[in-house]
Amino acid sequence: MTSPEEKSSADGSSAGATTAPAERVRPEPIKAVPVRHPGRWVAAVVIAVLVAMFVHMLWTNPAFQWSFMVDHMFRSPIIEGVRTTLIMTVLAMLIGVVLGTVAAVMRLSPNPILSGAAWLYTWFFRAVPRYVLLVLCGNLGILYARFEFGLPFDRQLGSLFGIDLDGRFFGVSANEFLTGFTAGLIGLALSEGAYMAEIVRAGIQSVDPGQSEAAQALGMSRPLTMRRIVLPQAMRVVVPPTGNETTAMLKDTSLLAAVPVTNELFFQLREVGSRTFQVFPMLVSACLWYLALSSILMVGQYFLERYFGRGFGTQERRRMAWRGRTIGGAGAGGTGTGGA
Amino acid sequence: MSTETTTGTPMVLAENVHKSFGHVEVLKGIDLTVDPGEVMCILGPSGSGKSTLLRCINHLEKINGGKLWVDGELVGYQERGGKLHELSEKRIAAQRRDIGMVFQRFNLFPHKTVLENVVEAPVQVKRERRREARERARVLLDRVGLGAKVDAYPSQLSGGQQQRVAIARALAMRPKLMLFDEPTSALDPELVGEVLDVMRGLAVDGMTMVVVTHEIGFAREVGDSLVFMDGGVVVEAGSPREVIANPRHERTKAFLSKVL
Repeated sequence: MTSPEEKSSADGSSAGATTAPAERVRPEPIKAVPVRHPGRWVAAVVIAVLVAMFVHMLWTNPAFQWSFMVDHMFRSPIIEGVRTTLIMTVLAMLIGVVLGTVAAVMRLSPNPILSGAAWLYTWFFRAVPRYVLLVLCGNLGILYARFEFGLPFDRQLGSLFGIDLDGRFFGVSANEFLTGFTAGLIGLALSEGAYMAEIVRAGIQSVDPGQSEAAQALGMSRPLTMRRIVLPQAMRVVVPPTGNETTAMLKDTSLLAAVPVTNELFFQLREVGSRTFQVFPMLVSACLWYLALSSILMVGQYFLERYFGRGFGTQERRRMAWRGRTIGGAGAGGTGTGGA
Repeated sequence: MSTETTTGTPMVLAENVHKSFGHVEVLKGIDLTVDPGEVMCILGPSGSGKSTLLRCINHLEKINGGKLWVDGELVGYQERGGKLHELSEKRIAAQRRDIGMVFQRFNLFPHKTVLENVVEAPVQVKRERRREARERARVLLDRVGLGAKVDAYPSQLSGGQQQRVAIARALAMRPKLMLFDEPTSALDPELVGEVLDVMRGLAVDGMTMVVVTHEIGFAREVGDSLVFMDGGVVVEAGSPREVIANPRHERTKAFLSKVL
């Protein structure tokens, strides 16, 4: 304890104990023999052999028919299928996110009717498998010949009062409206909405209640607080699982064959496969297509996460940590204290 | 220190206010008067109900009994035909608009910059023009000494700086009353001073303030009145110097001897 002071006084400096450590000789950087990791080498060899075997198999097994696959996987019906799959994914997710957000806000509302309705919706659509739901949507035409919009129970009320009441404003034929695409979109979006409702609810509940209190104390109404303060912060928690959902949705479009939607990607690829009796190459090309498409989605997710993470200091903290290291380490949260 | 500008209607008037959470009664009959321009400091041990009282004043908590007025208006209710009617969400929000509140944990909006934090309520609630609101926000931020930090996010600021932004955010709504809920309790000791300085400035400008605090020095120098609460009741009230120098009640003496 006393040695630095003694040293500095011996040196004749009057600065005292605080400057003492600077005068000590800086030790040589440590040069030590690193620990050996033989296990890593064994693992590397084993994995290298397995990879070599796999590549060899890809190269030599004639069933892959690589040139046939490449030749057929970019034909126009396939590209059309990619387009349908992407459009379906985006639309179903958009509707699903909106439905899910509405359902989550309803679920957390103090109004028991709204909250109960939201619970019922989530309960039903999470329970029914997507495949079953899609088949059901494809057969909704059995239930209705036409879809009409207008006053509820108009004919029943009319006959009750003995008048010929027709309160329907417009209608479409079920066969026209429920094309495969619409039916499939309805099925996927309704199912997605139920999952998104739970994700958004978790996001909303992750926001510190102090945030709503601060907003309310400023005179902001409940809807305004939700829209301007809570939901933007919930997004930070909502985006990563929504990325998962989008990837899942992309893959679940292959279930649309059940509706049936015939111009989506997987149906088209299998169609080529069964027509040409080259089933396996087209299945491989399906894997490659879905791999490519979900990789594109991952890039989009990265930018979304960066946007909604602003102010929560992932980038800032990294930058601050970097600056801290070069300056000499200010404590966390203590940066910029002298700024004002 | 502000001069007393009593106009007849007190800014805050509490009459036998009761508040329970479930079976636990937190406020057991509070009577209180805060005149316009007055700075009232509320002292007391944790759990004495002082924060709850503050939250009742802007209706973040609903009172169970008694009556509470702010500037002559009943908080959260309307009296019609001898009956109390609950106010709608909208009316309650309108009442809160004129009451600024500063929280122990700042509660700045982390996804918005300092300037956006201050501009948010005037633009969204009062429908002020964005440009004018921004200009005023800059003036307010200058006043709390953060004119250089307008584009920073709250996470990049120290606790003291965040609390000063929170004060500017509340002031942007031009409140007639400011409530402070232990504004310096979450701060490092060396950062307490900068926040108290801003509050002192507000008091000098004549703002009506109710401050729940543990800063005895601030209460003595800036406060016009002091209330000591314990167990949900007002134990002692009076001029700060008087109460701090010569506490009459045993409970006050015991508390002050521990914190001084």
